[in-house]
Amino acid sequence: MTDLSSAGAVPLRSVAKRSILTASPEMKRRNAVEKRFRLYGLVAIALSLSILALMLFIIVRDGSSAFVQAKLTFPVTLDAAVLDPKGNGNRDEMAKVTTVGYGKVLAASFASALAAKGVDTADMSAKDVAAMISKDAPGQLRQRVLADPSLLGQTIDVTVLAAGRIDGYMKGRVTKVTAQRDGNVTPEQLDLADRLIAADILAKKFNPQFLTLPDASDQRPEAAGLGVALVGSLYMMLLVAVMCVPVGVAASIYLEEFAPKNRWTDLVEVNISNLAAVPSIVFGILGLSVFINFMEFPQSSALVGALVISLMTLPTIIIATRSAIRAVPPSIRDAALGIGASRMQTVFHHVLPLAMPGILTGAILGLATALGETAPLLLIGMVAFVDNFPGAPIGGFGDPATALPVQVYSWASRSDPAFIERSNGAIIVLLVFLLSMNVAAILLRRKFERRW
Amino acid sequence: MTVLLVILVLLALAAAGFVLGRQRALQLSGRNPRLLHSLPGYYGWHAALMTLIPALLVLILWVIVQPILVQREVTDTLPAAMTADRTALELTMADVRRLAGGLDAAVAGGQMTEQEAAMLRTEFTDVRGKLASVGVALGSDVNKDVLAAAQEYREITKTFSFWRAVIVIGAGVIGLGLALAWTKPDFWARNRVEAALMGLLMLASTIAILTTVGIVWSLFSESVNFFRQYPISEFFFGLTWSPNFRGGSELGFLPLLWGTLYITVISMVVAVPLGLFAAIYLAEYASKPVRAWIKPMIEVIAGIPTVVFGLFALVTVGPFLRDYFAQPLGLGNSGSSVMTAGIVIGILNIPFISSLSDDIINAVPQSLRDGSYGIGATRAETIKQVILPAALPGIMGAVLMAASRAIGETMIVTMGAGAAAKLSLNPFEAMTTMTVKIVGQLTGDTDFASPETLVAFALGITLFVITLALNILALWIVRKYREQYE
Repeated sequence: MTDLSSAGAVPLRSVAKRSILTASPEMKRRNAVEKRFRLYGLVAIALSLSILALMLFIIVRDGSSAFVQAKLTFPVTLDAAVLDPKGNGNRDEMAKVTTVGYGKVLAASFASALAAKGVDTADMSAKDVAAMISKDAPGQLRQRVLADPSLLGQTIDVTVLAAGRIDGYMKGRVTKVTAQRDGNVTPEQLDLADRLIAADILAKKFNPQFLTLPDASDQRPEAAGLGVALVGSLYMMLLVAVMCVPVGVAASIYLEEFAPKNRWTDLVEVNISNLAAVPSIVFGILGLSVFINFMEFPQSSALVGALVISLMTLPTIIIATRSAIRAVPPSIRDAALGIGASRMQTVFHHVLPLAMPGILTGAILGLATALGETAPLLLIGMVAFVDNFPGAPIGGFGDPATALPVQVYSWASRSDPAFIERSNGAIIVLLVFLLSMNVAAILLRRKFERRW
Repeated sequence: MTVLLVILVLLALAAAGFVLGRQRALQLSGRNPRLLHSLPGYYGWHAALMTLIPALLVLILWVIVQPILVQREVTDTLPAAMTADRTALELTMADVRRLAGGLDAAVAGGQMTEQEAAMLRTEFTDVRGKLASVGVALGSDVNKDVLAAAQEYREITKTFSFWRAVIVIGAGVIGLGLALAWTKPDFWARNRVEAALMGLLMLASTIAILTTVGIVWSLFSESVNFFRQYPISEFFFGLTWSPNFRGGSELGFLPLLWGTLYITVISMVVAVPLGLFAAIYLAEYASKPVRAWIKPMIEVIAGIPTVVFGLFALVTVGPFLRDYFAQPLGLGNSGSSVMTAGIVIGILNIPFISSLSDDIINAVPQSLRDGSYGIGATRAETIKQVILPAALPGIMGAVLMAASRAIGETMIVTMGAGAAAKLSLNPFEAMTTMTVKIVGQLTGDTDFASPETLVAFALGITLFVITLALNILALWIVRKYREQYE
């Protein structure tokens, strides 16, 4: 009581009389702090999202051009005397003519096409004119002729890739100024390209081959494609789905429905949560020393890649599956057990089907992260240059292959800037796959989501 | 018979077993399933499993043991000089296997008959040239003894695979026969099938442990090899990193640790404020529809593969920092730098920190907020003085987990940080990290006997221990905090 009365005895500080509707300076300051604090949050979100937008914008801006390519269209006379020296149309003998022979045929036809259209080649050497055509074009023409020998002697219209620097010129990557310092292209060739565009021989065209051709060497960025990487990634995803999902689901069923509470179960649980946090590169080391050095599985193969990625994805799948199983209410189990089902029957006939949508969603999301994984694949040799397609399953799983994200990396580490465009293009393909997998997962969840 | 073919035969046998077992159970019960202990299908599954499981176990054992036995047999035929020590033996055996594989390919391709392959002699034929024509490239000319050993190897392998097929399929048949003999109406088929299934489920759950064991074993055994060749104190306390494959390397770990920590600190400086403020806004200020849109959009960042961020660092962030900061400030002219990698890893970690912190802030009980509002605090004051202190341990956990991710991140640093190991304070200089060097030492041609390759395993185990310790610490903090409110 004394406290109270003594407190009451202290005279109140004189406060200027003021309406409670106008804020005091103190209150103003506090409100300003409030506003500023709120603004920080908005700025943080805006900054994060704008960086994301900027990144996606740059990728689309730089990468979409990988889907169009400068191409030359002109008639080619397939000179039988050069391409089939024996003159008997025997495919095995024709196959002895190498791409050099086809290169000569292409160059000759190109020169005559230029003459026919009246395109002035000024004082350029024949070699410089022929260098407008991609080094990959003779090989493609050869395949076409060998596939259909009746073309021999005919004049056909072909559309071939232009050289990488010409492509770069049409996309604005190469200019006449840079061409002067560039050993692979001369300013005269770029002038010729201008005239070819005017003469309707050279044009940018849609390039589906970006998705189908295998990788090409440093000298031929225009012919580099994603074919092998797509096949490799597809094989790996198939194998991961086959190996990882059943094992993950089985492990989750055991841990969620049957496992007794003991030390061993605790050990398994701790292991799973720790594995989820192990850096991906460590899984690469595991793959290298266990699967390649110890078990002697083939290096660079989709099989080893899939094994490593499966081990990495397992914790994700187990965590998703367990929460899906946990979401099935115990009443379902009680009802099944009540009418005499065994525990195993309860799980497999009732719990699992009800948890399936959740499990599938988790599996798809797990596969999506698996698809983008790069670092461990570098260590098991998938970064090697592979320009042969792997064989058909099952044998092809052991053939050297590469994967989409690895292809992004290996193109990005080449010196020619044309490969950066390819790299961005590959990212677009990768992101389209990831996006469709995520959308599929969301739709699946929407369609089957069930609140108990 | 190849292993694959044996497995296919077993599967066919198991399918037949399913049908037979089911039929037999039905027959013995006089077509009245109510007299059976289990549903008829279980008798079928029982027969199928009895066919498959023992036979597959025998097969697995065989596949493991066969190379060891074959190697021992073949080693006896080789001259002692070629098998004197372990490396020589391994090299010779690799030659033998490659040659035997070449002969197999030649026989399969039809360039050689079985007879010819067995009778081949180096004295009469140019074996290397002959195999090169079938597409099998051999490193060196074929030695007489190696050829003989390879032929011996093929002989033994052939005999072994014959017996493998016989024994494995025999085991399958015996299993099937036993299952059929046991099938009676009062046979507890369901319990046996369920026990087998339970075994499979348990096996699946141990894969996580096997993986950890595999990681630790592979890192540890090669690290021990490394430390046998390179002093442990010089690795952990050395100040220079200059591997040289011709020998005389200095493999000091400190420059790599410095680069790793420097990049991690910069990434945390970027990610923690952005992620934390975003989480605070989403949890405390944002309306429900805003939250429903913004939260998934921020989490999109987490779904983008790291190699994409690596390219972003390489072609956008790196040159930008170089042209607008490093060069005008006179701090260097390198596109790849600690700053580049740090900022980009920071961006990658924003959603990680924001969604973890968001959960933690949401877990703070509403009563604390209400109390604070009740005594007249503004929202900002409530957040700063009530919610954040309550959520602090959880947020610390999230930050530590993000740091462990930054330390283990590989692609962004490989593409954005550079490859030069340096001890420097300048953030615009290229430095390197443990992960970059693991990739660097293990890609391309590797020789698993040299310390320059093996050092990657020592780096790997260090990385593993550091990230694991950070994560355990983080989990411990988070768990301790959770207990307070439950």
